[in-house]
Amino acid sequence: MTTQIGQTAEKPTTHRVRAEKKAKVHLSEGKKAERKLGWMLCAPAAIVMLAVTAYPIIYSVWLSFQRFDLKFPDQREFIGLGNYVTVLSNQYWWTAFGITALITVVTVAVELVLGMALAWIMFRTLIARGLVRTAALIPYGIVTVVAAFSWKYAWTPGTGYLAKLFTDGAPLTERASSLAIIMLAEIWKTTPFMALLLMAGLALVPEDLLKAASMDGASGWQRFTKVMLPVMKPAILVALLFRTLDAFRVFDNIYVLTAGSNNTSSVSMLAYNNLIRGLNLGIGSTMSVLIFIAVAIIAFVFVKLFGTAAPGSSDEGRR
Amino acid sequence: MAERSRGPGRRRRRGVAALAAFTLLAPTAAACSGGDDGGVPVINVYYAPEQNFQKVIDDCNQEAQGRYRIAYQVLPRGADDQRVQMVRRLAAEDDGMDVLGLDVTWTAEFASAKWIKEWTGSEKDEASKGTLQQPLESASYEGKLYAAPKNTNTQLLWYRSDLVPNPPKTWDEMIQMSEDLKSQGKPYEIDTMGAQYEGLVVLYNNMVASDGGKILNDEGNKVEFDQGAVKALGTLQKFASAGVTNPSFTNTQEDDARLQFQGGSGAFQLNYPFVWPALQEGAPDLKDKVKWARYPGIDAGTPSKVTIGGYNLGVSAYTKHPDESFAAALCLRSPEHQLFSAINDGVPPTIESVYSDPQMDKAYPFKADILAQVKDGANRPITPAYQNVSTVLSATLSPPADIRPEQDAKDLRGSIQDALESKGVLP
Repeated sequence: MTTQIGQTAEKPTTHRVRAEKKAKVHLSEGKKAERKLGWMLCAPAAIVMLAVTAYPIIYSVWLSFQRFDLKFPDQREFIGLGNYVTVLSNQYWWTAFGITALITVVTVAVELVLGMALAWIMFRTLIARGLVRTAALIPYGIVTVVAAFSWKYAWTPGTGYLAKLFTDGAPLTERASSLAIIMLAEIWKTTPFMALLLMAGLALVPEDLLKAASMDGASGWQRFTKVMLPVMKPAILVALLFRTLDAFRVFDNIYVLTAGSNNTSSVSMLAYNNLIRGLNLGIGSTMSVLIFIAVAIIAFVFVKLFGTAAPGSSDEGRR
Repeated sequence: MAERSRGPGRRRRRGVAALAAFTLLAPTAAACSGGDDGGVPVINVYYAPEQNFQKVIDDCNQEAQGRYRIAYQVLPRGADDQRVQMVRRLAAEDDGMDVLGLDVTWTAEFASAKWIKEWTGSEKDEASKGTLQQPLESASYEGKLYAAPKNTNTQLLWYRSDLVPNPPKTWDEMIQMSEDLKSQGKPYEIDTMGAQYEGLVVLYNNMVASDGGKILNDEGNKVEFDQGAVKALGTLQKFASAGVTNPSFTNTQEDDARLQFQGGSGAFQLNYPFVWPALQEGAPDLKDKVKWARYPGIDAGTPSKVTIGGYNLGVSAYTKHPDESFAAALCLRSPEHQLFSAINDGVPPTIESVYSDPQMDKAYPFKADILAQVKDGANRPITPAYQNVSTVLSATLSPPADIRPEQDAKDLRGSIQDALESKGVLP
């Protein structure tokens, strides 16, 4: 969570600061004082941010360069990139990485489609709008672990109805069906979040534009692809970015549903197993750092290549 | 986030939030580790859920006569969760934990990490006096005692005497009997634990030890994986693929195995003694038909060597009251309290003399077999890295029907050595 906020929030602000610096040629005394006050008001938040995000990140990077296992406190030593070699040449890591990537791509893609539909419904409802919106958001409001347990029992023969409905065996004991259930639980859970972000984008589409398009004879599909999607692009990219970053760190559902058995571990599960259960701070921190780097790359790609920016921000960010 | 709250009330709101957080946290912190009240040191005992353990604690508090007061802090039910909770707090040098209930396989790990105190002098003498050799070994690391064995445990062979007149002595014999029963259309299953977890490692360790094999060397710092260990891979594979197990063998843990056997489809069950009282209540039609025997071995001429489990009591290295903690631990595992726990909670004692108490006869009709098995028992490899070794083993052994002995032995020699040196990545 912290890494995500750090990544997404920093980019636009640095842009803005740079833009302001360019403009800063002649500033009146009042402006200067105002700016100083602004900095001072920001300072507490910035300091807290540094204390709770920057320090742990730097500390885990430092740990990742060491052989450090709590079981063998006397054998602590600096080994440079040794842990990275171990992790990156390990098949468990790459299996988990593949699983994580698969879950990320599939769930985000499905959520985008379903989320768009849900956003449209929430946006266009004429009657009982509040009720519809609230009902649609319920899955997102349920604690993930609680929801995951419900799914687990539902898919366990004997305690659940879904297992009997679809198969004869225990679907959570096989790899393919386990992964399908994990993805189903993820999609069910976070589609409302996607819809919420997309609804903000829908609100940006001017009604006049749509009316003009239909006057010109554009079909419903054409209005959607040629008018709405381009206007909504910033909102869609932000929604995709948020969900991709979130999906890449998937943990709770897997932890509850399969605990990683049958090769269903994600990279976060693997990091937890090595760090918390294995007490291996070196290897575990290496994995955390690698996850951080992967998340940073995803954010970078979205922001720099696709031009993601907060909806409604200046054109500079959108490019 | 920054855009949202810009109003003048922001600072005040933050102050209120901080205050709320503080008031929420403060009582929890106090409740978690009972503070010392009125000068009487409170000894926090972190122990797994055990139904009548509170009575033992009350008894000890009375005996202490105000020297200390024990507070029972119940750990989660799952072994993994118990360990993770204690480890996290110990890594943070939490002084609110005094006596720790350790599964036999964690003792070496906690000792090596310097999280528990060594037992010396008169306390050591009292903890080892009359204590069975194998449980005592499980509480020792590098020749020093680090915990007092509270209870032990071992699996027995439970069988249907109406189907099997004479219990099998070896795995081969048992598989043969089961196949015969199957061909006669009678209940035939051998129900035991085969899921990818510690229980599977125990099953494998039983086979290795019974055949005189070794997974690690005696010091526990190098992989040995001799011929006995390789042969046991073959035995496990043969058992799992002979068609004599329950269909959900690869997903079976202790209680699942009990339920399968109680359901009537099993002719044999390999499980801990907790299944006995459960059988009396849960399957009255079976209770007179079920008998017990020693766990099967590999060779008919050699008695089996079976893995022992159980709990040891260690004293945290960060405790503020070491003397009282040692005294409390000794009281909790004293002979009379072990007798009480055996009768009321079904946990086998670690002190030999307790077995000969006449009160044991009724609650523990199988006490002679348990005692014999514990005396010949096999500890799991004693190493600080046991958790790693076990994780690697269970991942490779699962599913047991797919074991390829030579190939897997070769892989395991590498991955277990890595696990011992905490070099490799855990699955």
